[in-house]
Amino acid sequence: MTPLTALLVRDMRIAVRVGGGALMGVFFFLVVVTLVPFAIGPDLALLKRIGPAILWLAALLASLLALDRLFAADHEDGSLDLLLMSRAPLELVVAVKGLAHWLTTGLPLIIAAPLIGLLLDLDAPAQGALVATLLVGTPALTFIGLIGAAISVTLRRGGLLLAVLVLPLTVPVLIFGVAAANAALTGPVPFGTPFTILCALTLASLVIGPFAAAAALRQEME
Amino acid sequence: MRLSAADLACHRGGRDVFTGVSFSVASGEVLAITGRNGAGKSSLLRTVVGLVRVALGNLTLEGGDPELTIAEQAHYLGHQDALKPSLSVAENLRFWTGFLGAKAAEIEPALEAVGLEPLIELPAAYLSAGQRRRLSIARLLAAKRPIWLLDEPMSTLDASAQDRLAAFMRAHLTEGGLIVAATHGSLGIESTNELRLGDSGSAPAHNPPSRLEGER
Repeated sequence: MTPLTALLVRDMRIAVRVGGGALMGVFFFLVVVTLVPFAIGPDLALLKRIGPAILWLAALLASLLALDRLFAADHEDGSLDLLLMSRAPLELVVAVKGLAHWLTTGLPLIIAAPLIGLLLDLDAPAQGALVATLLVGTPALTFIGLIGAAISVTLRRGGLLLAVLVLPLTVPVLIFGVAAANAALTGPVPFGTPFTILCALTLASLVIGPFAAAAALRQEME
Repeated sequence: MRLSAADLACHRGGRDVFTGVSFSVASGEVLAITGRNGAGKSSLLRTVVGLVRVALGNLTLEGGDPELTIAEQAHYLGHQDALKPSLSVAENLRFWTGFLGAKAAEIEPALEAVGLEPLIELPAAYLSAGQRRRLSIARLLAAKRPIWLLDEPMSTLDASAQDRLAAFMRAHLTEGGLIVAATHGSLGIESTNELRLGDSGSAPAHNPPSRLEGER
């Protein structure tokens, strides 16, 4: 097993064990989305119109849940020292931790999204578009979040700072994610236009996130 | 292989932790770093592995792999055990062995050597402090690295585990490894060189901090 696959396997294992963040994210997502129809009432036309926005907001908040523990847990038990001493570049180590986080919190959301879409009266094509935007967009949320997780690593209650730091940065992803989903539902903009921008945002965050997070970690550990 | 430091200084939190520290350790040698609490023993070890920036001075490794940094050829056994409570004993060690690039076949002999093989499936959350320490020591045995940097390695270990660790260290030295250990007590190894950090009295706020006694 190479060092990076060992890390991926470990982080995924921890996430699905007791106290890990994997299932918590999905349940939070389900609860938030389920509460909305109760708050708004049985207005199907309205739910259908704001459905994608609600799913996207819930996904954004759910993917932040386990993020504050991503590096903080490793920092507290001393693992981070050894990760920093690794022969693998720290940027890759950070990226692998991000990948493990996405696989355990982002991916379950995407799998649960069609089920939840039923509650908001989304039809099949809309479901497909929504799943596509979440599939492309949630990695951006995780990798932007990596930066906040790395900056708040030494703080005892870093979760709040993390949210304050990360949420503004995720605004473009949110805008184009919801725009693409809405475009597929109602038009008049073709689905591809906001969707390609969403893809570009994700690609950029995949590159910038690990480098920025690794730089922040090196600085924090001094 | 020779690890040497020349006139090393460490600066943390706006004060000098130590200055002017020089030492040299060759293959087969042990350097024990002693000194009062706060003299900078842990900081010195963390400086050697690059977790704390070198403020002044030089750290050099002769005869190592020129492609790798000192940290990449070293094991660092810190105060914390780097174990995940939700993973089992075997899973914890399997991760570190894999992450450090060693073979999975090394895991069982290492667990046997530290006496944890009956607990192999137990989650690390249920281990005692001494057992956690032994599990992190198993990492040093499973993945071979020539430099061992140990921070209070004997703490929390019982007498028989201390004897075992001393035996591991002796074996490591005969294989050509070198050890730098911060310690208050004995390491159980003959012919240990000692580097004393700081003054032996109470913390001197105004005196020039932390100088190698031999150089005074």
